Amino acid sequence: MKRSAQIGVTIICVILGVILTAQLRTQAGIRNDLPTKRLEEMASLLKQAESERDALRVQVNKLTAQLDDVMTQKTSSTTSLQEELVRTRLFAGLTPLEGPGIKVTLNDSTRAAQPGQDPNLFLIHDEDLLKVVYELRAAGAEAITVNDQRVVAFTEIRCAGPTISVNNTRIAPPYIVQAIGDPDALENALKMRGGILETVQFWGIQVQIEKEERIILPPYVGATSFRFAHPVEKEAQN
Amino acid sequence: MWLPLFGLLLGVALGLAFPFTFPPAYTRYVAVAILAALDSVFGALRGSVEEHFDPVIFITGFISNALFAAGLTYLGDRLGVEIYYAALFAFGVRIFQNLAAMRRHLVDHFRSRT
Repeated sequence: MKRSAQIGVTIICVILGVILTAQLRTQAGIRNDLPTKRLEEMASLLKQAESERDALRVQVNKLTAQLDDVMTQKTSSTTSLQEELVRTRLFAGLTPLEGPGIKVTLNDSTRAAQPGQDPNLFLIHDEDLLKVVYELRAAGAEAITVNDQRVVAFTEIRCAGPTISVNNTRIAPPYIVQAIGDPDALENALKMRGGILETVQFWGIQVQIEKEERIILPPYVGATSFRFAHPVEKEAQN
Repeated sequence: MWLPLFGLLLGVALGLAFPFTFPPAYTRYVAVAILAALDSVFGALRGSVEEHFDPVIFITGFISNALFAAGLTYLGDRLGVEIYYAALFAFGVRIFQNLAAMRRHLVDHFRSRT
């Protein structure tokens, strides 16, 4: 090979070498990415934590039942205390409730997104559920559950990947929102013109509203202990 | 003859010394660049074996091929059509053709000697 030829080929070979090594490193970096590597590990950890949580929840329920037994043993000195307790537990959503109300079933759209349309528009999101819950509250609902998760002061309704997290429990469609209150008022609030149901139905999201004579809502079963917050001392209040 | 091999090693050493990576979005461009370089090297080898190698044609060929392939890839990205397959395919076919031509030439060369 001639001298000039060698120099030209050498230059190209240098470029080739640099690109090759950089690309090899890029590929190695993609393969060692945290998501793919640790996904299974994280999933098993999550499962373990969830099973632990379920076991603890059973324990909590048992102890609460015991506590209720003790508290309902009537003695004159504790009667007013018991009444107070019942009222407080009612407000906190710790007792199962029954009464007239409505049952709203929401499911993802059966319509397929056209090319170029955002498929997210055809799914139910945390915001949609939130709006339904708020609307029901505004219409005077006294107790609300979302897929049997009681909505209380601590409840979050939050997007969790393909599911929605309520009371730190992941729920998937169909979403069933039940509320105790005046069935007509609740239904009208949801069906309001320009309201939440009209908006989601525009995207083909399936909504069914059933008025019920009597529905039973389960209590809130999550954690009820405070780790950080403490009641303010009397003196500090002035 | 050993200079190009030395150049390849130098390139690998440079690539190892400077730890830069390509963003994943540019994987196609890198693939096209690698094939363009490989194609040029094989073309040069064939040219030198058949003794009609021209450095000017070699360098301009490399640059224009690489630029055109990159342009095609960009256009494909814009259009949502995988046009860069055409460049990959063309480079790949040419590499094999050059290899075959070199093999024939060398085989003929040795046959004529015996």
